[in-house]
Amino acid sequence: MQMTERKIRVLIGKPGLDGHDRGAKTVASVLRDHGMEVIYTGLHQTPAEIAEAAAQEDVDVVGLSILSGAHMTLFPRVREELVSRGMGEILMVGGGIIPAEDAETLRNDGFARLFGPGTNTDEIAEWIATEMKQRFEEEGDDQ
Amino acid sequence: MTVATLKTTPERLLARDRRALARLITWAENAHPRFPGALREIYGHVGRARRLGVTGPPGVGKSTLCNGLVSCLRERGSEVGVLAVDPSSPFTGGALLGDRIRMESHTKDPGVFVRSMASRDSHGGLARAAVDACDVMDAFGFDELILETVGVGQAEYDIVSAADTVIVVLCPGAGDSVQAMKAGLLEVADVLVVNKNDAPGADRLVSDLEDAVALRRESRDGWTTPVVRSSAGRGLGLEDVLAAVEQQRTFLGSAGLAARRRKMRVAQVQRTVGELLVQALWSDGCRVEFIKTALASGRPPYDVADEMRDQIL
Repeated sequence: MQMTERKIRVLIGKPGLDGHDRGAKTVASVLRDHGMEVIYTGLHQTPAEIAEAAAQEDVDVVGLSILSGAHMTLFPRVREELVSRGMGEILMVGGGIIPAEDAETLRNDGFARLFGPGTNTDEIAEWIATEMKQRFEEEGDDQ
Repeated sequence: MTVATLKTTPERLLARDRRALARLITWAENAHPRFPGALREIYGHVGRARRLGVTGPPGVGKSTLCNGLVSCLRERGSEVGVLAVDPSSPFTGGALLGDRIRMESHTKDPGVFVRSMASRDSHGGLARAAVDACDVMDAFGFDELILETVGVGQAEYDIVSAADTVIVVLCPGAGDSVQAMKAGLLEVADVLVVNKNDAPGADRLVSDLEDAVALRRESRDGWTTPVVRSSAGRGLGLEDVLAAVEQQRTFLGSAGLAARRRKMRVAQVQRTVGELLVQALWSDGCRVEFIKTALASGRPPYDVADEMRDQIL
C-alpha cells in the first residue's frame, strides 16, 4: 500500500449561542479551497460536543468562531474538553471580535493564533498549512 | 489492564478506546504503512456488524434519514457507527464535510460514532478507505454500521461492494418515470425509499418506482425491492424503512449474507492487486518511454498496448 499525501483535517466550530456563521463558513470554504478537509459542525454547539466531534474525526486543527463576546468563557472550555480527551497537542485557532488583551490571554492558554475582523482569509489558510506541514514532518510516520 | 497501559493502537481499539478507533480510520485514509499490519491484528474481530449503505442523489435527505435511522437503532439498544462520505474537489483536493450537522444530536451518545470522510481520488460514491474504516468500526464492536455515500448521479455504485444492504433514497420532483427505468441506481437498491413523502409528486414517484421494479425481469438474488415512504426530517416512516431492511436481511439469510460478503472481499482484493500492479508498472519510467517511442514511429495505440502486454506477461 502506497502512503497517500497526508491531508490537513480541520474542524470549524461555533460554540455557544451566537447565530452568526458567515465568518465560520467563509473560513471553512477558504480552507477547503486550499486543499484541506474541513468539517463544519454547525451552530450552537457545546464545548463538549465540539471536542467529541474533533476526537471522532481525528482532526489536526480546531478553529473556533465566536462573535457574541463569550470567547473568554467558551474557548478555554473547548480546550479543556480536548485536553480531557488526550488532544491537548492539537493546533487551536480562533476568530471573532476578540480584544487584544483577551487575545494575549488566549494565546497563553493554548490558542496558537487569533484572527480578528479584516484578516486576509488566504493568510489564515497559508499560516495553517505552513504550521501543519512542519508538524507532519516532525511526526513522520509516527502519527 | 487499563487502556492506558496497552501499547499498540490495534490493542487499544479492541479495548474499545475511541481515540484508537479514530486514529486507525485516519491510518486507513492515509494508506499509512502501519495500517495493513493493524488490520491483520484486528481482522479476527471483523464480521459481526451489519453494514447498511445509504445512497441517492444530492439533497434527497440521506444524512437526515441516516440520523433518524441511528435514533431508531439506538432505541433498540444497538450501538451504531456511521461513515459519511462527501466529495473532494477534483481541482484543489479540498472538501467541506457537512454531514455531521444533520447528526449532531448523537455526538455525545457513547453508543454512536460518526466519522466524515472525503472521497479523495475515488469516483464511485465512496472513499477508497471506506471499507477499511468499516472494518475498523466493526472490530471496535458496533452492532450496526451505516455508510452514507456522496450524492450520486447515475453511475456510482461502489456501495454495492461495501454494504450488506443498500438503501437508495429518492425524493419527488427530480424526473419522470423514464428516469426511474434507466439502468443503474435502481438495480443496486435492496430497499427504495421515497423521502420527503409530504412533498408534491410523492405518490407519482412511488407508483413510477413500483412499476419500474415490477418491470425488471430479475432482481439481485430474487428479492423484490420494496418501495418505502419516509419523511425523515419529521421523523416519519423510519421504522418502516428499518422493517424493510430487516425483511431483506431475513430473505438473504446467513448463507446469502456470507456469499455477498465473499464477493465483496474478492472485489476488494482484485481492486487492490490492480492498484499495486499499476503502481509497480509505471514506477519505472522506461515503459512510458517505450510507449512514446512506439507512438512517434507512427504505430497505432492498440498495437503498442498489445506489444507492451506481451512484454510484461
